[in-house]
Amino acid sequence: MSETLPADGLLGWSWLLIALPLAGAAVLLLGGRRTDRWGHLLGTATVAASFVLALLCTIQLAGQDGAPADVELFTFISTGELDVRAGLLFDPLSAVFALLITGVGSLIHVYSVGYMAHDPARRRFFAYLNLFVAAMLLLVLGNSFVALYVGWEGVGLASYLLIAFWYTRPAAATAAKKAFIMNRVGDVGLALAIFVMFAQLGTTSYAGVFGAVGTLAGGTVTALGLLLLLGACGKSGQFPLQAWLPDAMEGPTPVSALIHAATMVTAGVYLIARSAPIYDLTETARAVVLAIGALTLLIGAIAGCAYDDIKKVLAYSTVSQIGYMFLAVGLGPAGYVAGLAHLLAHGFFKAGLFLGAGSVMHAMNDQVDMRRFGGLWRKLPVTFVTFGLGYLALIGFPFLSGYFTKDAIIEAALDRDDVWGWVLGGVAVLGAGLTAFYMTRLMLMTFFGRARWEEGVHPHESPSVMTAPMVVLAIGSVGAGALLVSVFPLSGWLEPVFGEPEEAAHVVAPAVVGLVVTAVMLLGVLAAWLFVGRREVPVTAPVRVSPVTRAARHALYADAVNESLFMRPGQWLTRALVWVDNRGVDGAVNGLAATFGGSSSRLGRAQTGFVRSYALGILGGAVLVAGALLAVTAG
Amino acid sequence: MTLSYYLVLAAILFTIGAVGVLVRRNAIVVFMCVELMLNAVNLTLITFARSTGTVDGQIMALFVMVVAAAEVVVGLAIIMSIYRTRRSASIDDANLLKY
Amino acid sequence: MTETLGGGETVVFWILGPVSLAGALGMVFSRNAVHSALWLVATMLSLGIFYVVQEAPFLGAAQIIVYTGAIMILFLFVLMLVGRDSSDSLVETLRGQRVAATLVGVGFAALVGAGIARATQDLPVIGLEAVQGGPGGASVGNIEAIAELLYTRYLLAFEVTGALLIVAAVGALVFTHIERAPGSRRGQKELSRARFLTDRPQTVSGPGVFARANSVAVPAILPDGSQSRDSYATGIAPGQPDEMPRPTGQEQLGSPDAALGSTTPTLEGGDR
Repeated sequence: MSETLPADGLLGWSWLLIALPLAGAAVLLLGGRRTDRWGHLLGTATVAASFVLALLCTIQLAGQDGAPADVELFTFISTGELDVRAGLLFDPLSAVFALLITGVGSLIHVYSVGYMAHDPARRRFFAYLNLFVAAMLLLVLGNSFVALYVGWEGVGLASYLLIAFWYTRPAAATAAKKAFIMNRVGDVGLALAIFVMFAQLGTTSYAGVFGAVGTLAGGTVTALGLLLLLGACGKSGQFPLQAWLPDAMEGPTPVSALIHAATMVTAGVYLIARSAPIYDLTETARAVVLAIGALTLLIGAIAGCAYDDIKKVLAYSTVSQIGYMFLAVGLGPAGYVAGLAHLLAHGFFKAGLFLGAGSVMHAMNDQVDMRRFGGLWRKLPVTFVTFGLGYLALIGFPFLSGYFTKDAIIEAALDRDDVWGWVLGGVAVLGAGLTAFYMTRLMLMTFFGRARWEEGVHPHESPSVMTAPMVVLAIGSVGAGALLVSVFPLSGWLEPVFGEPEEAAHVVAPAVVGLVVTAVMLLGVLAAWLFVGRREVPVTAPVRVSPVTRAARHALYADAVNESLFMRPGQWLTRALVWVDNRGVDGAVNGLAATFGGSSSRLGRAQTGFVRSYALGILGGAVLVAGALLAVTAG
Repeated sequence: MTLSYYLVLAAILFTIGAVGVLVRRNAIVVFMCVELMLNAVNLTLITFARSTGTVDGQIMALFVMVVAAAEVVVGLAIIMSIYRTRRSASIDDANLLKY
Repeated sequence: MTETLGGGETVVFWILGPVSLAGALGMVFSRNAVHSALWLVATMLSLGIFYVVQEAPFLGAAQIIVYTGAIMILFLFVLMLVGRDSSDSLVETLRGQRVAATLVGVGFAALVGAGIARATQDLPVIGLEAVQGGPGGASVGNIEAIAELLYTRYLLAFEVTGALLIVAAVGALVFTHIERAPGSRRGQKELSRARFLTDRPQTVSGPGVFARANSVAVPAILPDGSQSRDSYATGIAPGQPDEMPRPTGQEQLGSPDAALGSTTPTLEGGDR
């Protein structure tokens, strides 16, 4: 890492990046119905302003050769040895993410103006979106792990609120709870990692931790890496915490596009990339990252082949693509840039795909079952073209963005030059083929073939406020890869963060890799055409299918495993504890109370209310006293 | 005959008064029994005053009389107000203050 | 310093002691509360005389005037207000109360009596001649002796007792006062107005008016010959008077029916 400069000029104002959307959220949430009429415009304007500011900050950063700028804000926590200063770190990595978040965020805000136009709670939607953007920017701009954690929990909250946006739907409410709880599992890992940092190093700032991490024992560093990885898995929907992400599609489609495709779910990749100095020191943790990435890549791709819900297919595609990114960052210095490039490209084309899916749903009365689509390319020309470009970019069609970034990851995997390199590279190539298969299937079922619409559905193209962002994202999908790899290389931009990229000797020539991947991709497309495009698509899903298909339809039984391994034992434990609490603890307390109550009510029977009984008691006492006196004096 | 005859007589009167409080139910009679007990005490006080040769005991008896008068006034007023509401002067009927 | 008392006093004691005891016992055992009060008067008078004998003439007088005079009269007043006949029933409601009271009472009397007798059998009799008037004693009398102490050493207690008396008097007033809402008392004007607001302002006809018999049980008969409901005597069914014996002297007066006319209403009324 290069020397940190004090923030001056525009960078000193970078806190406004976070403050603007946050203020928007506050105004919309506190303003109530008064802001209904212009709330969505304010929400969009704050994010757009943040984008402009991020752009200007990035230009200034480029002007000072990418030297990171540290913005001191205030003392957040100061107690004993723990001294957390709230501050922002604006370096090339943060800048890339800030641009992605505010850029895609602005487009999706614009899109939402149209998409949510008829929703009575549109203001609330924009408030939550603004809240999300603010939290996400805090996540990527914070200069310490505590600041990151605050943003991390903030995006978790926003994600929960937005998944459950239509909270009257039981499915949405359940999905939101599921996402929240599974995220908590990961957050525990992140929190523990922060505790370990403070216990071992006495600091949680990036500079302090990365400067001193070399002095730690190897085991501690590995533990740190694994704990951070747990947090990343939870947020990014990686194995074994991947099951929440497809369910999160219950939220409005712009939310799926922004949070559950482009930005929030990539926070795990950001966390690992940001913690590169830690992972550089621990081979074990990197190996685990690689394994998780490869496994999730395949799980997501296989599940994506079987679903009929257009948004769930895209969701599993997201899971799979983030698996690619994990695979890349797990490769160490060679893969960071490739992973981040894929992240950026993915942010464009997956957001575009989701917006396209939203447009299709908008046209089809919120139908999500692809078996009810078909032949839509004629009715929705703009959506078809933009969606198709995103599709081509995702499957890695030559010279579109996915082609460059995915190939770079596969190359980096093969460059390990050992048996694992070949395994990982093979998995990645296989994943590319599967990706081509399920995305082609999606395209064929949605836009081609016979129209299988339900009664009374009249598809129509979405308004321009929705199609314009799709067009912009489609252009990004086409050009981002080439831009990031050749014209404006990301590796050079990120050099202050990850250091000089070492020119590795390629095991396989890049051209060969490109050819092989393209061939596999074409194979997947062909298979999809053979299985789906050539035949009539039944309106209801066939029941008699192979076990592989059945397993894929159940997402490889991830939910069942979670349920039987964690949920049920947890329920048993809870019930047992409730029983112990009711019978044991409460029983003891209540028994004591009942004993006293019973004995006092029995003693109370002596209080008859008859004065003469009391008087008898008094006289009896007097007799006793007199007798005692006499006994003492006479005796 | 000695002074202890008076004292024993006072003790017996006191006991009779106490037993009367225990067995009678008419609140007014109970009050009379209390008065009897106070009088027995007065007799004791006067007897001891004579024995010790000072009038302090007689002053005590005087105070007892005054206090007894006050007590009778208030007590009978209480009996009257209870009788007004409950139509009864039996102390067994005023037994609501219980468990 | 003598311990025994004179012969005259012994005689007085042995006459009045049993009287006081009998009064006390009679008070406890009388069923009638008025009798109890009278028995108590006997005991108190005896005690008053004992006070005089024991060189406390002022207290003896106070005993007779205040106790037997004022307080017992107060008792009797309340007795009469509450109802003289509210005597106790013989049934004891509290189980074992009488037996227990007797046992405890006997035990108390035995213990205290024995204790006192044993402790005071050698009690000296100094007498009060030195502090108050008497044969060969001080020149001041009993009242002066009491007053001297009362207004010096016991002044504070005396004044507090005065306050106590006032509080007791006010307390008795508060207890026995019946609160009426202001203006709720109705005068003759209001009563009269209320009566004329009903549909029957005239006085209610008394029983027996125009009756065929001069008993209060006979209801009045209205001009149409029906019985007036207002004149029904309480406790007697309205059908009964017809079955009652006719008054004597029927021969002299003739048939009351003839004298009063037919009971059946006749519009002309010409056969009178």
